[in-house]
Amino acid sequence: MQIADYHAYPDAHGRFGPYGGTFVAETLIAPLEELTAAYTRLRDDPAFQREFTDDLKHYVGRPSPIYHARRLSQQVGGAQILLKREDLNHTGAHKINNTVGQALVARAMGKRRIIAEAGAGQHGVATATVCARFGMKCVVYMGAVDIERQKINVYRMKLLGAEVVPVRSGSQTLKDALNEALRDWVTNVADTFYIIGTVAGPHPYPMMVRDFNAVAGREARAQMLEEYGRLPDVLTACVGGGSNAIGLFHAFLNDRDVRIVGAEAAGEGLATGRHAASLAAGRPGVLHGNRTYVLCDDDGQITETHSVSAGLDYPGVGPEHAFLKDTGRAEYVGVTDDEALAAFHLLCETEGILAALESSHAVAQAIKLARDYPKDALILCNLSGRGDKDVHTISKREGMEL
Amino acid sequence: MNRIDVCFSKLAASKSAALIPFITAGDPLPEATVAVMHALVGAGADLIELGMPFSDPMADGPVIQHADERALRRHVGIADILGWVRTFRERDAGTPVVLMGYLNPIAIHGIERFAGEAREAGVDGVLVVDCPIEEDAFLQPLRDAGLERILLVAPTTSEARLARAIDAAEGYLYYVSFAGITGALKLSVPDVAARVANLRARAGVPVAVGFGIKDGASAKAIAGFCDAVVIGSALVERLADAADVHAACERAQTFLAPIRKALDEGRSLR
Repeated sequence: MQIADYHAYPDAHGRFGPYGGTFVAETLIAPLEELTAAYTRLRDDPAFQREFTDDLKHYVGRPSPIYHARRLSQQVGGAQILLKREDLNHTGAHKINNTVGQALVARAMGKRRIIAEAGAGQHGVATATVCARFGMKCVVYMGAVDIERQKINVYRMKLLGAEVVPVRSGSQTLKDALNEALRDWVTNVADTFYIIGTVAGPHPYPMMVRDFNAVAGREARAQMLEEYGRLPDVLTACVGGGSNAIGLFHAFLNDRDVRIVGAEAAGEGLATGRHAASLAAGRPGVLHGNRTYVLCDDDGQITETHSVSAGLDYPGVGPEHAFLKDTGRAEYVGVTDDEALAAFHLLCETEGILAALESSHAVAQAIKLARDYPKDALILCNLSGRGDKDVHTISKREGMEL
Repeated sequence: MNRIDVCFSKLAASKSAALIPFITAGDPLPEATVAVMHALVGAGADLIELGMPFSDPMADGPVIQHADERALRRHVGIADILGWVRTFRERDAGTPVVLMGYLNPIAIHGIERFAGEAREAGVDGVLVVDCPIEEDAFLQPLRDAGLERILLVAPTTSEARLARAIDAAEGYLYYVSFAGITGALKLSVPDVAARVANLRARAGVPVAVGFGIKDGASAKAIAGFCDAVVIGSALVERLADAADVHAACERAQTFLAPIRKALDEGRSLR
């Protein structure tokens, strides 16, 4: 399929080609229409954009640098690996870009109660953070299983004043937390704003969350031109729901010479069935309000996923990624738990950077790609978050009790 | 003429409100579903809504979530559900059956294939919870196969969308009595009465009311101003721990019969 302008998507119905849309129960249509109207107005409002940009600069700490990982590149022995340092943002990941933006939208709409879903808890922390700053009530839904494996982030949310509600339905993980947040929203539509943490959900979320994250790609594109005099040869980022990836990719979508590769969680290997690679191994279906690639069985029941990184452990993916896959603009490949862990250690040892397990999938993919390119090629990898939160998981996996 | 339309025209003549029980297919026991459907008809059901279990029922409260989980643990799928409708039809040619569920299982099965098979099995209508009128084109194969597409209307539905729903309505319009999930306790009869009066005055099809109706008293209160009442979570909860087919049928019967009685007593009020 030939696409003239990737920036023209989604259309007015929230569709990215056949993907996206508004597949929700009737009661939620009205609040979604209200949100779309408010966001469409604010997006073109210079005062809103000024405040957002100002918050990103002074509160989040943007712009984040592009760092040339020289020792890592040398060790790998191929192309030069550059890291977009989203891990240096306030709260330690790209997630804050989106929550700052959505909190401003909520405030403009007069909503004082915020709900969010959490998997690894990075989005939950980023939401609790902006709620503390704006004095808004914050309720975070989190799977009971995830609460158990992400205790530190749960405590951070509580310190920030959020109420963390355990979700015990279904697989008790991220997808169920999303279901429960939607149930809360349908019950409290009048005063509640739902801050979704990724580029999934019904329209306008995939568009709005992308817009707030796209600052990373715009910055990176300008930084590349200024510091390297050209665009990178390849972009790579990890893809769970896909918000950090679309954030980096979006500004480059019309730069056809820039190759784009998304790294999904292949868990224990795509062949084992224990993975979370919706694009590489799923099929088009409907989940959480949008049409996209999903992992499900032949009866259409959503299957449980596996990844060493809780943030990639999701059986769907943002509809724009589904569109980029089908149009051939981006490639999506699987990175296993073991590959991600090896990359985590190599980056740590060669560059002194402790990456999140999610981001380590992107680093692993950058390493693989670098081997196929000459030394003067540039690979830009989104280092979407820092790994402090994962230290327990890694030490446990490697047999060390802390 | 579709069985749903036949059913409502008969009821209109007798000035009765239709009683629509909802059960989750395959719960509490896969082998009980057909027998429970017959028991419900025996206890006064006019139409049966059969829930198709889904792993992520985002509009449902805990009672129906757990029913779906139980059914899925027993691997209940579309083929089983259509098989049960086919078996039900062997002994009941008249009672309309509406399948209610979420889009993904239908989409993965293939919408055209599903539509053809459902029609052949004796299904009359389909209500897809997460497919609003904006995405209607998606479900066109259902209409093409002669199945009625049951639409939801909620307290939050805007005037513009209400007009679209009324235009597109087939079978009956399902009015969701409050903003919330199934089985919640938020029912306010006066609020529902005002909204439903407006809807009934304009819609060319009957109006059913569901969500929050749990017994004879609430059913009777609602039936005073609508064409049908839907009872789901309260019935599903009653059936949940039935140990065998016989117990499930007995519970279905003893749950529904008093509600039928209450509705019939209320008939004079209509």
